[in-house]
Amino acid sequence: MAKVTVDGIEVEVPNGSNVLQACEAAGKEIPRFCYHERLSVAGNCRMCLVEIEKAPPKPISSCSWPVADGMVVHTDSPMVRNARRAVMEFLLINHPLDCPICDQGGECDLQDQAMGYGSDHSRYAENKRAVKDKNLGPLVKTVMTRCIHCTRCIRFISEVAGVPDLGATARGESMEVGTYVEKALSSELSGNIIDICPVGALTAKPYAFVARSWELTKTDSVDVLDAVGTNIRVDARGPEVLRILPRTNEDVNEEWLADKSRFALDGLKRRRLDHPWVRRNGKLQSATWPEAFAAIAEKIRGLAGDRIGAITGDLCDAESMLALKDLMTALGSANLDCRQDGAALDPTRRDFYTFNTSIAGIEEADAIVLIGTNPRKEAPILNARIRKRWMTGGCPIGLAGETADLTYDVTMLGAGPDKLTGVFVQVLRDAKKPMVIVGQGALARPDGAAVLAAAWKLAADVGALLPDWHGFNVLHAAAARVGGLDLGFIPGPGGKSLAQMLSGGVDLLWLLGADEFPTTRIGANTFVVYQGHHGDAGAARADIILPGAAYTEKHGTYVNTEGRVQRGFLAVYPPGEAREDWKILRAFSQVIGHPLPYDDLEALRRRLEQVNPVFGRVGFLPRFGCSDLTPPAGDPAAISAAPFVAPVTTYYQTDPISRASPTMAECTAVFVAPRMAAE
Amino acid sequence: MLADKDRIFTNLYGQHDWRLAGARARGDWDGTKAILELGRDKIVDEIKASGLRGRGGAGFPTGLKWSFMPKQSDGRPHYLIVNADESEPGTCKDRDILRHDPHKLIEGCLVASFAMGAHASYIYVRGEFYSEALNLQAAIDEAYAAGLIGKNACGSGWDFDLYLHRGAGAYICGEETGLLESLEGKKGMPRLKPPFPAAMGLYGCPSTVNNVESIAVAPTIIRRGAAWFTALGRPQNTGTKLFCLSGHVNKPCNVEEELGIPLRELIDTYAGGVRGGWDNLLAVIPGGASVPVIPKSVCDEVLMDFDSLRAVRSGLGTAAVIVMDKSTDIIRAIARLSQFYKHESCGQCTPCREGTGWMMRVMNRMVEGRAEVPEIDTLEQVTRQVEGHTICALGDAAAWPIQGLIRHFRPVMEERIAAYKARPGKPMPMAAE
Amino acid sequence: MAESSTEGVVQPTGFEFDAESNAAIDVVIAKYPSGRQASGVIPLLDIAQRQMKRQTGSAWVPRVAMDTVAKRLAMPPIRVYEVATFYLMFNVRPVGKFHLQLCTTTPCWLRGSDEVVKACREATGIKHFGETSADEMFTMTEVECLGACVNAPILQVDDDFYEDMDAARTKALIEALRRGERPQPGSMIGRQTSAPEGGPTTLTTLEFSANTATTGD
Repeated sequence: MAKVTVDGIEVEVPNGSNVLQACEAAGKEIPRFCYHERLSVAGNCRMCLVEIEKAPPKPISSCSWPVADGMVVHTDSPMVRNARRAVMEFLLINHPLDCPICDQGGECDLQDQAMGYGSDHSRYAENKRAVKDKNLGPLVKTVMTRCIHCTRCIRFISEVAGVPDLGATARGESMEVGTYVEKALSSELSGNIIDICPVGALTAKPYAFVARSWELTKTDSVDVLDAVGTNIRVDARGPEVLRILPRTNEDVNEEWLADKSRFALDGLKRRRLDHPWVRRNGKLQSATWPEAFAAIAEKIRGLAGDRIGAITGDLCDAESMLALKDLMTALGSANLDCRQDGAALDPTRRDFYTFNTSIAGIEEADAIVLIGTNPRKEAPILNARIRKRWMTGGCPIGLAGETADLTYDVTMLGAGPDKLTGVFVQVLRDAKKPMVIVGQGALARPDGAAVLAAAWKLAADVGALLPDWHGFNVLHAAAARVGGLDLGFIPGPGGKSLAQMLSGGVDLLWLLGADEFPTTRIGANTFVVYQGHHGDAGAARADIILPGAAYTEKHGTYVNTEGRVQRGFLAVYPPGEAREDWKILRAFSQVIGHPLPYDDLEALRRRLEQVNPVFGRVGFLPRFGCSDLTPPAGDPAAISAAPFVAPVTTYYQTDPISRASPTMAECTAVFVAPRMAAE
Repeated sequence: MLADKDRIFTNLYGQHDWRLAGARARGDWDGTKAILELGRDKIVDEIKASGLRGRGGAGFPTGLKWSFMPKQSDGRPHYLIVNADESEPGTCKDRDILRHDPHKLIEGCLVASFAMGAHASYIYVRGEFYSEALNLQAAIDEAYAAGLIGKNACGSGWDFDLYLHRGAGAYICGEETGLLESLEGKKGMPRLKPPFPAAMGLYGCPSTVNNVESIAVAPTIIRRGAAWFTALGRPQNTGTKLFCLSGHVNKPCNVEEELGIPLRELIDTYAGGVRGGWDNLLAVIPGGASVPVIPKSVCDEVLMDFDSLRAVRSGLGTAAVIVMDKSTDIIRAIARLSQFYKHESCGQCTPCREGTGWMMRVMNRMVEGRAEVPEIDTLEQVTRQVEGHTICALGDAAAWPIQGLIRHFRPVMEERIAAYKARPGKPMPMAAE
Repeated sequence: MAESSTEGVVQPTGFEFDAESNAAIDVVIAKYPSGRQASGVIPLLDIAQRQMKRQTGSAWVPRVAMDTVAKRLAMPPIRVYEVATFYLMFNVRPVGKFHLQLCTTTPCWLRGSDEVVKACREATGIKHFGETSADEMFTMTEVECLGACVNAPILQVDDDFYEDMDAARTKALIEALRRGERPQPGSMIGRQTSAPEGGPTTLTTLEFSANTATTGD
């Protein structure tokens, strides 16, 4: 630790800290544009200048100057104030005064700092610089004349996103940030450069001129478009979600948000189911809630519980899944499944199906093997954490599966599970904290159980299962999956699995937002109830449609791939006659005379906790080792040599919301289609 | 006047063979093995004792700089990097060393590298010096072939590799950390310091960057002894120096002279005097474009060394003497330098990127007189806002010439403005307020 | 137009290093420690530009050549674009057969670079810096200090410095180039390199023999 005195306040900061951090520890705010905690230090904006005694007698950039024991720092001396005013003046001489038409207005670092250090008039009598805007693709809008060359975006794209597309070409005042070749940013994390841009040079293209920040109501929520559980803030005006931004959670997403989760929100307004539908004479027709409920009730009457089944989708909140499960139980059905892809997940023990190392724990790993997964597409935020670990060195990464650019170097270990022996096993064995990461591409196949068992065995063999280190990890792609398994949305005793329910295995099938399985395989005579928010595959096959709520429209509990329980809050109300899903189920249960034993959310959540105590532990995820080496069911030797197939082929369109999003469709056209055409 | 026998660069003008045979005839590579046998410490001590100050512009004591290198390697290799990116306007001395005395430089590289525990050295030559680089590469090849460098250099037991690396047109690569970035294959954007190159330089390894002239004189200093060197020049400003005499002199030339020679004597003796006589002198930029201009009244007496020129608020810089006679539009002469710095700013940090353009544009108006008198003060303040606020010294270098102009020639600027206002006809519209 | 602008440039669709370039590249890459091959980016861009000159008569670096360099050095292409546009010796637009690079920085200006510029314009028909003559023989570029100030003004043609220029000598040089001649570079008034006009006034008392030096103890 180093003792540093900042404006007379003594603080202790770790050795290796910079002066800016010491100033913050002392409660002194240091203005900055280029400095960003999660990026390398550039020191180029010169706004964070301070005065340091016994250092060179000139203002010193605090972001780049290391602390030393006994250092005395002044952040508010005449020298410092003059320096900041000088830098601010330079930043502003070529910056357009177009705040009234700038989307950054109201949340602009430059605007804010100019209040503190700017002047009320300009001494610059020359023409201002004009810079040509760049085309960075469908997501990021550029107004490059506003760029102050802090290079945060360049550093983010190369360091965190690992896709070095951005740079600064030419030099001096002619220097321009861009790709030079006018190409769209091929990163699933590109939207983050909008957040870190301290000015209005980079803004959200779909959000252009939509709203001012102060008009928006901001609601904390959790993203459901992958299984990472990224913490988000939903910005809405009236009934409309206008923007989704990340919230900082060091353990999950740090401060990043993946592009699909940020930009699919225009899908929330399209193809919505905003009132009930009933199929009459082969055609879906608008109906009232009582009509729809009555039609279902009539169908159920006389059906044995064994002939009824339910499948939950990938975006479901735990509350609605539990309500559906309780309803099914009341109807005498054990035909439940939350595994739309048929993944051979072993629900008997939680660490067989969760990401046990935890996302933050990745940073401790010293060797990683990826089995049947492309985390860049399935969980970009988690992939960024793997890259972060890789960047610091000493962490070899192996991949069994489809070749892909994961933004870090991998050793290819074959396309299927049969090459999980050989040299890389020794690499894992030599590691102190090896990680095995199994993706859904490894499990959603005929030998899935065998692959799961083989992966566990590999983890056990290489010493990844230790009392203080759990290196076995399942990476999910569906936000609802772990929650579904936690609350037991799987076939009960004698119950049918998804595959068994299809092809006529049941006479009434209740789909709760389930759109990701081949609905054509549903038996021709099976009566289908689709409860959900989008007119997608499930609704198209339905006999009854019950309009539900999207994740931004309900209070919901989600469990991410780590097994972390998190809650989102209602930001806007569901459209039209659509309702929160658990309430629909509660209402229907009343209609058929099996009222569910909860009348409000509190009671339902108590019931959740009763079903599985993990639901009582919101937000916090304890780290644990592996105390029981008993393997999951399945014969490790029964693996086939068939190559793994990626579950996510089109990153931008994986669920009813993103499939309804014009922005995501455009992304697919720009990023995915050309790649597929090339292959 | 310095005696020829005390001149180090005996083939300055390339009258003689620059190749190995000729260099040997002039005393290069004479007893180099014996020099290395003195050991690291003795060599560094001798250079320290000689008082040699860096010849690249900053004048930092060379021996002291060498002593900053770690005494023991922690496993990382050490590097000597020779800065041959000679681009400071007015300066063209290293060019002569590269093309006419390359073996002096190569021998110096071996000696200096040995003294700093470096087994490898790169010479970064500005890209425009194409034929100079050809000479240097040929000399390096000769030195390898003769066993002077390479494995067991000069039979000393020390392995030493020397590489030539060409730049491609960027003044900023003459800044030592900009040079390192460039050598690593990046844009020549200067690094934040600390860490300093001696701790983390080329490829993250301990490195020292020295000017061509500083390295090239080292073997001669050691051969002839620090005492010989300190007997030349003045205290704290010892030895000889290559001067570049350009501009309005009758016979522009390069010449090696003692530090501390009076400016007037230097010009009169070697450059045939100021065009039109000494009284026709207006001003001199005594040390390359970066140092403030001094008017004739100062030139009359000033001595050409680091401390004397600093005392008159200018500097020796690279000892590139740019002479301007009374026909010179001094505002335009300095404005052209402002254009130079604007053009050569790397663009990395705010004050330099924005300030050099601002200063240039105001200076261009000052040339016309299309300005208001208070703008001279604004301009002066802008130079102060750039100076000392940037990552590297280019910002300072851009500020100083203008400060020198305002300090000594403010009346000329005011007259120009008055003359512009007095022009017949409608005044040109000012840029928007 | 900024020097780095490539607007309107017709970019070739392919670029591969030829045998001569490949031989030069091998020499370059051997200079740097393994894993540090990015150090070779400036030399490789230079080699590419020289190859373009050999093959097309115009010394420039098209985009595809930058991509080829990136691939060869295992660098992200953007890092090569940055370098190619930062260093002004790389022409990202085609240039004429002769690249006239005129120094107009203060030391050259004091010695009459304005006259040299004017003479260049008149002799080539080029109006502005950065432009190429109609016959594609000449491109005029304004450059900063070339580091030969005691021989100012300097006109650099491709790699060669022509020194001590004035208007007449400039016109004569350009005419010679047009005729396919390549006058000897260096001082155009016959000076001994950087020695004063009329011959050295120092270093006149030294004599060197084959093996012994007259200087040095």
